[in-house]
Amino acid sequence: MKDDLGLKIGLEVHCQLTVLKTKLFCSCPSNYRGEDPNTNICEVCTGMPGTLPVLNEKAVEAAVKIALALDCKISESMNFFRKNYFYPDLPKNFQITQYDKAGGSPIAKEGLVETIAGIIRIRRIQLEEDPGKLSYEGTIVSSPISLVDYNRAGVALVEIVTEPDLKSPKHAREFLQKLRSILEHIGVCDGSLEGAMRCDANVSLFGGKRVEVKNISSFKEVERALNFEITRQKTMANVAKAEGMETRHWDDVRRVTVTLRVKEAEEDYRYFPEPDLVPITISKEYVADIRKRMPELPDGRKARFVKQHAISEEIAGALVGEKLLADIFEESLKVYMAPKLLGSWLAIDILGYLNRSEKTLADMKFKPKDLAELAKKVEKKKLTENTAKSVVIKAIEQGTSTFEFAKEGAAITDEKSIMDAVKEVFEANPKAVEDAKSDPKAINFLMGQLMKATKGRADHELARKTIEEAIAAGS
Amino acid sequence: MKGISREDVRHLAWLAKIELSAQEEETLSKQMAEILNYFKVLDKVDTKNIEPAYHVREIKNVFRPDEPRKANADEILKLAPTKKGRYVKAPKIV
Amino acid sequence: MKMQSAWEIAEGVRKGSISAVEIVEEFFERIERHDKEIRAFITVSKDSAIQQAKEIEKKRREKKLGRLAGVPIAVKDNICTRGIETTCASKILKGYIPPYDATAVRMLKEEGAVIIGKTNLDEFGMGSSTEFSAFFATKNPRNLNHVPGGSSGGSAAAVAKGLSAVALGTDTGGSIRCPSAFCGVVGVKPTYGLVSRYGLIAYANTLEQIGPIANNVIDAALLLSCIAGHDPHDSTSIGENKDYTKLNSSAKKLKIGVPKQYFEEGTQKAVSDAVWRAIKKLEGEGAEVEEIDLKSVGYALASYYIIAMSEASSNLARYDGLRYGFQDSSGARDWSTLFSKDRKAGFGFEVKKRIMLGTFALSAGYFDAYYLKAQKVRNLIIQEFQRAFKKFDVLIGPTMPTTAFKLGEKTVDPLAMYMSDCDTVPANLAGIPAASIPCGSSNGLPIGLQIMAAPFEEGKILNVAKTLEDILGVYAE
Repeated sequence: MKDDLGLKIGLEVHCQLTVLKTKLFCSCPSNYRGEDPNTNICEVCTGMPGTLPVLNEKAVEAAVKIALALDCKISESMNFFRKNYFYPDLPKNFQITQYDKAGGSPIAKEGLVETIAGIIRIRRIQLEEDPGKLSYEGTIVSSPISLVDYNRAGVALVEIVTEPDLKSPKHAREFLQKLRSILEHIGVCDGSLEGAMRCDANVSLFGGKRVEVKNISSFKEVERALNFEITRQKTMANVAKAEGMETRHWDDVRRVTVTLRVKEAEEDYRYFPEPDLVPITISKEYVADIRKRMPELPDGRKARFVKQHAISEEIAGALVGEKLLADIFEESLKVYMAPKLLGSWLAIDILGYLNRSEKTLADMKFKPKDLAELAKKVEKKKLTENTAKSVVIKAIEQGTSTFEFAKEGAAITDEKSIMDAVKEVFEANPKAVEDAKSDPKAINFLMGQLMKATKGRADHELARKTIEEAIAAGS
Repeated sequence: MKGISREDVRHLAWLAKIELSAQEEETLSKQMAEILNYFKVLDKVDTKNIEPAYHVREIKNVFRPDEPRKANADEILKLAPTKKGRYVKAPKIV
Repeated sequence: MKMQSAWEIAEGVRKGSISAVEIVEEFFERIERHDKEIRAFITVSKDSAIQQAKEIEKKRREKKLGRLAGVPIAVKDNICTRGIETTCASKILKGYIPPYDATAVRMLKEEGAVIIGKTNLDEFGMGSSTEFSAFFATKNPRNLNHVPGGSSGGSAAAVAKGLSAVALGTDTGGSIRCPSAFCGVVGVKPTYGLVSRYGLIAYANTLEQIGPIANNVIDAALLLSCIAGHDPHDSTSIGENKDYTKLNSSAKKLKIGVPKQYFEEGTQKAVSDAVWRAIKKLEGEGAEVEEIDLKSVGYALASYYIIAMSEASSNLARYDGLRYGFQDSSGARDWSTLFSKDRKAGFGFEVKKRIMLGTFALSAGYFDAYYLKAQKVRNLIIQEFQRAFKKFDVLIGPTMPTTAFKLGEKTVDPLAMYMSDCDTVPANLAGIPAASIPCGSSNGLPIGLQIMAAPFEEGKILNVAKTLEDILGVYAE
C-alpha cells in the first residue's frame, strides 16, 4: 500500500560515544545527566576566544568499531571540517564535523545494515561534536525566551547517515532498534541513556520535496513523527511539484511537525577544513587489530542462539533486539538450562509487557538466576506456567526484586471470576474507567485495584486482557 | 567575475548575522567589488595539478588522553550578559 | 634616558642588584609620563604587576627565579590574560575578562616576567597601522604624525618608547614585523607551530603566531626561548623549547638570497638603499650574496587575503553577545536579530568588511574560485621557498616597501592598506620564520630589514640579526 506513495525515508542518526569518559575535543566529563545547567563546561567547549580543540584519543577506536559493525569502508586518513551556521546552542557558531567533499574525508562510508524488511545502505559515518541544549517556557513556538545549557556541548557524536532505503515509518523504527542493539553490543553507545541516540528523518513522497524532520527524541517518536509527516504531505496540494528542501521540527507534546520560520534565504554551511585540527591516519593494521577484538554482534548472536539452543529465529531475533535482554537470557541459562521456556518468557511475555507499558528492562529488579529458578519449578511441575508469568510481570510492574506468590488459595484463572472482579472494580472507580478510554496509563491503575481486590491471585495476563476489552467495549 | 550587488551584500550579511545600514550596504558593495577585482590576479596562476595547502606543517595524529578534568565553570558562566538561574538566556527561537 | 634591556633586568633581579618592584614602578612612571601622547596601552595592570613583582622578590630568597625574572612585559590585547581585560581593540569584547591565560603568557609568568599591561592593535589584528582600533590610534614614537604600523602597533610603540622592556605581538600577515620596522625595534615572527596559539584570539588560524618585540636581538632571542615549544593544548604546535640566546655573530660563508620581487616598483628608494647597504656590509663580513627570482611572491597578497578573510569569517562567528562581550539591550525579537544587532554595534567597519568577504569566498559556488584556488597558490609559494632554502641560508629584503606613512594616509582607499603587506605576507603563507631589524632611517623614520629562513631555522635568523646589530648598532633616536 505504501509503495504507490513513492515513499523515500532516510535517517541521520546521532549516537553519543557514551563509552568515552570525556568530550570529543576537551577534558570535560562526557556524562552531564543530572548536573545543574552550565556546570560541565570549560573554556574550550564553550568556545571562549583563543581556545583550541584537541581530539580525544579513544574516539577513533570507538568510531572504527561502529564502522566495522556496519560493514563500512574505513578511510585511511580522516580529517575534520567546519560547518558554519549560527544558533544559540552552538558555542562557536560552527560545528566541528566531517565532510565528504572538497578534500574532506569522514571516518567511513558505504556500509549496510540487514533488517527483516531489507538491506539499509549506510552512506557515511562521521565524528562530530554535539551542540548544547535548548529549553523553553512552553513550546518552542510559544516560548518568549530560550534557555541554553552547554553541558552537552562538545560531547562526541558519531553521525550515521542512511540512504533513503527505509520503506515505512515502522521500518524506520525497526532499523533504529537494530542499530541501537548493534551499538550496545560493541559497547560504544548506551542507548538507554536519555538523549544518547537522536535522529533526524528525511521524507519525500512521489519524488517531491524532501522534508527534513528534526528534534525526534525517541524511537517511538520516530514512527509517530514520520506517520504525521507523510499524512501531511499527502494532503498538500503541491507535493508533486515542489522542489528543494524544507526543515520541520517535531513537537512531541502536540504531536505535529511545524515549520520553525519562513525561510528568508538558503542556508549555506561554507564547509572548509578545520584549521586547528590535523589529519588522522587509520592504518590497515590498526583496523585489523580492532576487528580481531570485536565482540559478538546481534546477528551472530542470534544465529548462535538458534544453533545452540534450538529456539526459533523469531524468538532469537527478539532477544538480540536489546543487548540487555539477550544478556539476561544467557545469564539465566547458566543457572538452569531451559532455553525454550526462558526464551519465550523474555521475548514474548516480558518484552510484550514492556512494549505496552511505559517500563523498560531497567525496571526489572530481579536477577536472571531468579528467573531461572522459576523456570526450573515450572519444568518440575511445581508451578504452572501461567502463575510463573504472572508473578514475573507483577514483579516488573511493582519494581520488586523478589516474586510474590499468592498466599492463600490458587490463582484465579477462569474468565467468569475475573469478569466479576473487573465489574466490581469498574463500579468502584468510574472516573478511572472514563480516563482509561483515552489514556492507557489509567488501565494500570485499574489493574492495581483488581490485584488488590483479588489479593494478587488473579491471572495477570487474563486480568489485563479482560479490562482492556471491557474498556474498548465501552461498558 | 561579477560585481557585488546590494542583494548579494544583504544575503552575505544574513549569513554572517551582521545588520547593516543602507549606507554600509552601499559602501560594502563598492569596496568588496574592488577588492574581489584585485583577487582576479590568481586566475592567471596555473594550479592544475597542485593540491591545496590546508595545513602548512605536516603534522598528523595529535590526541589528548581520555581523562576528565574539572574546569572553572562559574568563572565562565559569570561572563554571560543575560542569564536565568544557571541558564544562559536568549530571545525566542521562532 | 637609558633603556635597560630585558637581559640586564633579569640578571640584575636574579643577582639582587635590581629590585623587581622598583623596576616595574619605574616603567609605570614612564607610562604615566608618555602614554597620554603615544597611546600604546589599552589597559595598564598596575596592581597585579606590583603584586607579581613582590612575589618575584620573595622567590629570589628561595633562589627560584626564571629567565625573565622581574622583566616588565606588555602583551598585545588579542592574547588572553586571565583576570585582565582582553578586548582585541574591539567594542564587542569591551569588558571581557578571560577565564584562562594563553600558554605563552603562562610560560612567561613561569619565567618570572611581570605583565604590566595590554597594548593597542588594529581590531582583531585586521590592519597594518593600528588605526582600526575601535578605541584610539597609537602614534609612532619616532614621529607622532605617523602610524606605528600594525597590527601590533601598541606593542612596538611601547618597546620603542621604553614604556616596556619587551612585548608580545602577533603576526598574521606582518603584524609583528611591520610595526617593528616602522618603530625601529626588533620583531620576530616564529616558524608556524613553534609558539602555541592557545590563547591567541584567532583571526587566521593557519597564518598567525605569537612572537617577541624587543629593542635588541638578545632580548628578542630570550623572549622567544621562553615561549617556544610544543603545547598539548594546540594540535598545530610542534617543536622543542630551545635556547635561542647562544648567538653566533658571524657572516662568514653565509649564503644570502635577495628576492628581486622585494625591490620592485613601489619600494621607497631610501628603503631599498638602506637594505642594500646592510646586505653589502654582510658581504664584507664574508657572506655570499645572490639575487633570486621568487615568481610566486606576486600572488602572495591575493592568496593571503582570501585565506585570512575566510578563516576570520568563521573565527569571528562566535562573537554573538550571548556568552560574553557586548549584548544589545534594545529588546531584540528573536535570537537571529539579537546576534545581528550585537555584531552590528560591536564590530568596526574593516572587521565587518573582512567577515563579509570571507563569507563570500567560502560560499557555495565561489569556494573553488576563491578559497580553494588561494590554498593551491599558497602551495606554490611554499614550494618556491623550499627550493630557495635548499640554496640559501637566509633571504633578505625590506620588511615594508616604505617607512611609516602618515596617520589617515591609507585609511580611505580599501586596497592601499592591503598593498603595504606585500613583503610580509609570503612568510606567513609559507609558515617560515621571519624577523625585522632596524637598518637605518629616512627623515627620522626607521627602516626595517627583513630576514627569512627555512622552518625552525630561527637560530640562523637571529645570528644574522645579531651580526647586523653589531655592525650597525642598536637603533637609537
